[in-house]
Amino acid sequence: MTKDTAVEARNAVKAFGQGDTAVRALDDVSIEIRKGEFFTLLGPSGCGKTTLLRLIAGFEMPTSGTILLDGQDITYLPPNKRPVNTVFQSYALFPHLTVAQNIGFGLEMQGRPRAEVKATVDRMLALVKLEALASRKTSQLSGGQQQRVALARALAPSPKVLLLDEPLSALDLKLRREMQGELKRLQTETGITFIFVTHDQEEALTMSDRIGVMSAGKLQQVGTPREIYTRPLNRFVASFIGETNFMPATSNGSTLTLAGGYKMPAPPATKSGAVTVTVRPEQVKLTHTPEPGSLPATVRGVVYMGTDMNYQLHLADGTEIEACVVSDVTGEAALQAGQTVGVTFTPGAAQVLED
Amino acid sequence: MATKTFSVAKLPGFTTTAILVFIILYLPILTLVAYSFNASQSVAIWGGFSLDWYVKAWNNDAVKDATVRSLLIAVCAAVISTAVATMAALGTTRRKAFKGQTFIYVMINQPLMVPEIVTAVSLLILFGMVKQATGIQGIGYVIFAHSAFCIPFAYLPIRARLEGMDLTLETAAADLYATPWQTFRHVTLPILLPGVIAGAMLAFVISLDDVVITEFTKSGGQDTLPTYMLGQMRRQLTPEINAISSMLLALTVVLLTAFFLLTRKND
Repeated sequence: MTKDTAVEARNAVKAFGQGDTAVRALDDVSIEIRKGEFFTLLGPSGCGKTTLLRLIAGFEMPTSGTILLDGQDITYLPPNKRPVNTVFQSYALFPHLTVAQNIGFGLEMQGRPRAEVKATVDRMLALVKLEALASRKTSQLSGGQQQRVALARALAPSPKVLLLDEPLSALDLKLRREMQGELKRLQTETGITFIFVTHDQEEALTMSDRIGVMSAGKLQQVGTPREIYTRPLNRFVASFIGETNFMPATSNGSTLTLAGGYKMPAPPATKSGAVTVTVRPEQVKLTHTPEPGSLPATVRGVVYMGTDMNYQLHLADGTEIEACVVSDVTGEAALQAGQTVGVTFTPGAAQVLED
Repeated sequence: MATKTFSVAKLPGFTTTAILVFIILYLPILTLVAYSFNASQSVAIWGGFSLDWYVKAWNNDAVKDATVRSLLIAVCAAVISTAVATMAALGTTRRKAFKGQTFIYVMINQPLMVPEIVTAVSLLILFGMVKQATGIQGIGYVIFAHSAFCIPFAYLPIRARLEGMDLTLETAAADLYATPWQTFRHVTLPILLPGVIAGAMLAFVISLDDVVITEFTKSGGQDTLPTYMLGQMRRQLTPEINAISSMLLALTVVLLTAFFLLTRKND
């Protein structure tokens, strides 16, 4: 734990149920989230990301393990005593209060002076551009407006950490894009640590400073979006974030050899023996005829995607891979299904997976 | 239209039946109100318009006395039963399903199912024993009995409201630094209020017109409006009884209208 750590989970375990039927929603997760960063917990539903968020918020207590905030143990502190606020998936706005009263709720409960509450509420209303709607009931607002109120309400007490539980999932695509930018702007302006939970990999890649990928109650990999995308540690991370190809290969520590004899440089510290190699479709290069030093492959299918052409390829050893090539404007160079082509990979594009 | 859905309103004779039902429901009440303005001594023979019976009822000390007592009992019973019912509703909805939950529901709603006369007789015997042992008399026994049988009437609307409430709201309040008491005071209770008001109104009206349990649990000189009217039946029946009933009816209509306006505003 360093001075820069905002939130830390140490060996957090959360089991639901008892005995043999117990389910480990969170299975020995340790993670450090830095001050002022936009951190995303990414994973499919049921992976434990929301459970981890609820442990940090204090809505649940871990079965074992510790949660630290600014170096202080908050594991068993009730939610109202934690300087942490949440933006709920359903927004959970108070239906009997106005927009301004909703935003001021946290400050009121803390017993802040009336003038301070009013000043902060006004500042928050300006921050989320809802000044005109201050005295409306929340039921009279659109989804996007409710989202902004929920954000302003959680930001008003200036929490040390803001938790966001899939806050954009109820919005349509256009509004979601808009709110992604808005969230990023709010995070930069306030400098508050954001912990954002989502199952949407694109959202995670575009917004985050760092991403923690979760699956089956375990943290699979933590890193910047670029690290996660270009250097996935295992099969789950590689396939959950973006499209990718898996190929068996043998390694001698410095060189990877694919089934067809194709050789690629191995990333540093690659173990020797049989390994699984992953290459992103956009790193697969195609030539019209198999040339020496390339892998022969049969084109199985061609999908026109607008900016890209997507080719399904069948390698000689039976492996199916995909290639993604930027469309040629004239369309002349497009390959045909059934054609035999040569496959090469961008040097350095191959990643070796742990499992 | 591709498919025809079944509609009761389209059955032959629907309108006629509906009108008949409403006549049967409201004709007796209209007759009662009309004859309260009867100038003659009879409750059945019209003798011209007059407000005499209202004046007579208004100046009748026994009626005044019974009215004040009825209102006192109803207000106390409504407040007590609503408070108990609110706690019961919170206790039965704000938690995971537990063993014996159905049994608890049945126990809370018991007064709705047990014949009132059974409750009345058992209370008569129990109160008799208590009175003999302690020597304490007074209106408290009737208030206690009314509070008890009003609980399910207050409980049902409150529970319905609680079940429709998003639990995340309470989590959100706790997240925003509200203590459990502040959460109840500033979030749960305000959202629950229409249900609480509905429960209290229902309890009030049910208590106000109760005859059976009151008749068995009251002591001498503790007539409520309904038991007073029942007593009058044994003597000569005059349109004074119509006048009293009409005033009771007016009070109920005013209360229900107030309730309707209150809940509509809150939703």
